[in-house]
Amino acid sequence: MKKYKWLVPTLYIIFLMLPIYWLINMSFKTTTEIINTYSLWPQKFTTENYIKIFTDSTWYMGYVNSITYTVFNTIISVAAALPAAYAFSRYKFLGDKHLFFWLLTNRMAPPAVFALPFFQFYSSVNLFDTHIAVALSHCLFNIPLAVWILEGFMSAVPKELDETAYVDGYSFGRFFFKIFVPTIAAGIGITMFFCFMFSWVELLLAKTLTATAAKPIAATMTRTASTSGYELGLLAAAGTLTIIPGAIVIYFVKNYIAKGFAMGRV
Amino acid sequence: MNKTINQKAWFFVIPVFVLVAFNAAIPLMTVVNYSFQETFGNNVFAWEGTRWFKQILLSERFHASLGRQFAFTFIILLIQIPLGIAIALTMPKKGWGVPVCLILMSMPLLIPWNVVGAMWNIFALPDIGFLGHTLNSMGFDYNFTQQPGDAWFTTILMDVWHWTSLVVLLSYAGLNSIQPAYYQAAEIDGASRWATFRYIELPKMKKVLTLAILLRFMDSFMIYTEPFVLTGGGPGNTTAFLSIDLVKMALGQFDLGPAAAMSLIYFFIVLLVCWVFYSLMMKNEARS
Repeated sequence: MKKYKWLVPTLYIIFLMLPIYWLINMSFKTTTEIINTYSLWPQKFTTENYIKIFTDSTWYMGYVNSITYTVFNTIISVAAALPAAYAFSRYKFLGDKHLFFWLLTNRMAPPAVFALPFFQFYSSVNLFDTHIAVALSHCLFNIPLAVWILEGFMSAVPKELDETAYVDGYSFGRFFFKIFVPTIAAGIGITMFFCFMFSWVELLLAKTLTATAAKPIAATMTRTASTSGYELGLLAAAGTLTIIPGAIVIYFVKNYIAKGFAMGRV
Repeated sequence: MNKTINQKAWFFVIPVFVLVAFNAAIPLMTVVNYSFQETFGNNVFAWEGTRWFKQILLSERFHASLGRQFAFTFIILLIQIPLGIAIALTMPKKGWGVPVCLILMSMPLLIPWNVVGAMWNIFALPDIGFLGHTLNSMGFDYNFTQQPGDAWFTTILMDVWHWTSLVVLLSYAGLNSIQPAYYQAAEIDGASRWATFRYIELPKMKKVLTLAILLRFMDSFMIYTEPFVLTGGGPGNTTAFLSIDLVKMALGQFDLGPAAAMSLIYFFIVLLVCWVFYSLMMKNEARS
């Protein structure tokens, strides 16, 4: 039995790769070929779909928009979550447990519940169709997550580190940025990875809060699919390109992923 | 860790508190506001009391989509949790296989959700998709846009594809935290593979598995984009889960009152289940 152990993960990975392969396969075909013939690889190999995406600004601006609000959101979430996570991991204060659970409930709130009020709220403060609106709205689920993960990593650092630094005459600010932040650098990296991930994959809120100027790539795809007939080749090429940023990010954090998923609480 | 009492710690929490309150409390109050009123357009509202809540709680449509939602969540948990554990147990523990497995398995997690839906749509199309074509040429009569059973099968397979890796990664992290000494002790005692799993690995994974179940419950209960792109809730209403039904009501028909009442009931159900899980989790943590 032990000899065939590798079969399980191998089969699983094949299962995971099949739809991705199919998408890539389609992206190198023309739409006519997709509709008329069934083939495991492109008969007439074409890069026309990709060329269209890289030359048409309504397409490639979608990627720029998505990456812009994702980066904004990652920075805001981590910057706000750092001091809060420190407070939760080091101090007891009035209502701390309730506050922590309240934060988590926001991770549980279905975005569908918030779509309409968000639209009205951000329109009324004139932030509709801006990158910052999407970045702020994604804080709803990313800040609780960031606090949760960071708190786990910070609690693993012994309190003696803080106390020694204060005895050595460090002010709080200097201790926090010079000693504490470098100590939990791995945790911050993982937190940024998760914020990036959840902001990158979310569409419902991003689509509701944008019209043209900040439209995410994923929303561009849904619109094009319905207006100009069914351009499967183009859709497949756009889809394939959305996988790339994620793949790059995974490559950089591969050693921390498993640990990060356990939120530093294993 | 023994924490010091320090009320000034609130200052550290203020940025998070403000940002989340700004994002959660204000929109939530809007929803609460709508749920008790009838709107006539032009910002004219009339007090309706609990009428919408009664209407939703008694409506067959809500019962049906709630039933579908629970069935879906239950099925995917039943598949993903054991499958995830099995894969984590058989994954290589060291060597070149580890990064390869981790990178490839994380891929589905980082694909935008509507791309997941679109990808599976293309993959499952009966005539030109790999899955649909293969099943049909094997003699199955498969068409997920027409037959409710096939639509369910495809939606569940898609979710298994999309999220099992999360359970794998969590379980793998849990397994990695077990000291080799435990395994050596089990070997000396002549424990069977099953006994090792039951009495060493499973208890050590308890914490991460609770987390996995909690995350999978929350996310599958909120699922919207992927089935919306794949099946659009169809054929008919057979794959219209709670979120899909809600968005249809709120943005499609603009029935703000009932939609708001449904939102609150929906949120309350998620909250209730998560609170139970969270309390259990904290209890476990306090004990260990």
